[in-house]
Amino acid sequence: MSLVARYLEENGIPTVLIANARDIVEYCGVARLVFVDYPLGNPCGRPFEVKEQRQIFDLALDQLENATAPRSTVQAPLHWPGGEDWKRLIFSDEQPFLEGDAYDDWIEAKKRYKDLKKDGKV
Amino acid sequence: MSHVKYIYKTREYYLGQGYEKPYEWAHFDEVPFAKLDKPLSEARISLVSTSDVTVRGTGDGDNHAEQLFVGNVYSIAADTPLDQLYSRQEHYDKYATNLDDVDSYFPITRLHEAAAMGRIGGVAARLHGVFTAYSHRRTLTVDGPEVLRRCCEDGVDAVVLTPV
Repeated sequence: MSLVARYLEENGIPTVLIANARDIVEYCGVARLVFVDYPLGNPCGRPFEVKEQRQIFDLALDQLENATAPRSTVQAPLHWPGGEDWKRLIFSDEQPFLEGDAYDDWIEAKKRYKDLKKDGKV
Repeated sequence: MSHVKYIYKTREYYLGQGYEKPYEWAHFDEVPFAKLDKPLSEARISLVSTSDVTVRGTGDGDNHAEQLFVGNVYSIAADTPLDQLYSRQEHYDKYATNLDDVDSYFPITRLHEAAAMGRIGGVAARLHGVFTAYSHRRTLTVDGPEVLRRCCEDGVDAVVLTPV
């Protein structure tokens, strides 16, 4: 996603990312980022929490209006309720990132990609 | 606790699973920056997301598994009713949360609200999904240009992107 944002910026279209994985986005380098310190999947706020979703979206619009230089990161002033165990547990043996059908789908997708690459189609 | 170091965590995780070569995350020293050349209240905004958001009834037979690694761009009409959208994304923290509310990763309702309030000038006719390509080159030479083309066709002034 960061690469698409960079491409749009290079071609004159301002962008702002709303993201959960701050390190990945900043390592790539983007013009504007609203960092939401929530588990992967809810960059724009908790499900059905309209008030905080508006707060986060408004921060993104503020970034479009006010940022004056690249690598502008703003962190939403929000904390995931129920503690921060999810930060320790994500990508751990206790909580494998992909299991069951999700894992099978990933392996299948990888296999297809490799086959296409072998045939020079990607 | 500070934010999760996903680059480190994923590297360790997949090495532990027997993968020898860690994924190389994109990295650049220089960062392009375009300034909004009009007031936000006059700007037409679009969304771009890797959340695998899909219109109900349209997802079958679209080579989903293939696109997951190869990459691709697709568009969704901005006036699609919220209840017609869902996500097929499986790469999220399913222990901590869910993808039951489209607006938590593809803020289409929030975008329309901003237009209704006059905070932005308008919503682009199309919003866009991108399948994350394994190849950075593909994103920079195929999918990035395709998103740009569609945004230019729709007269988009600025874009909000939501990776999942």
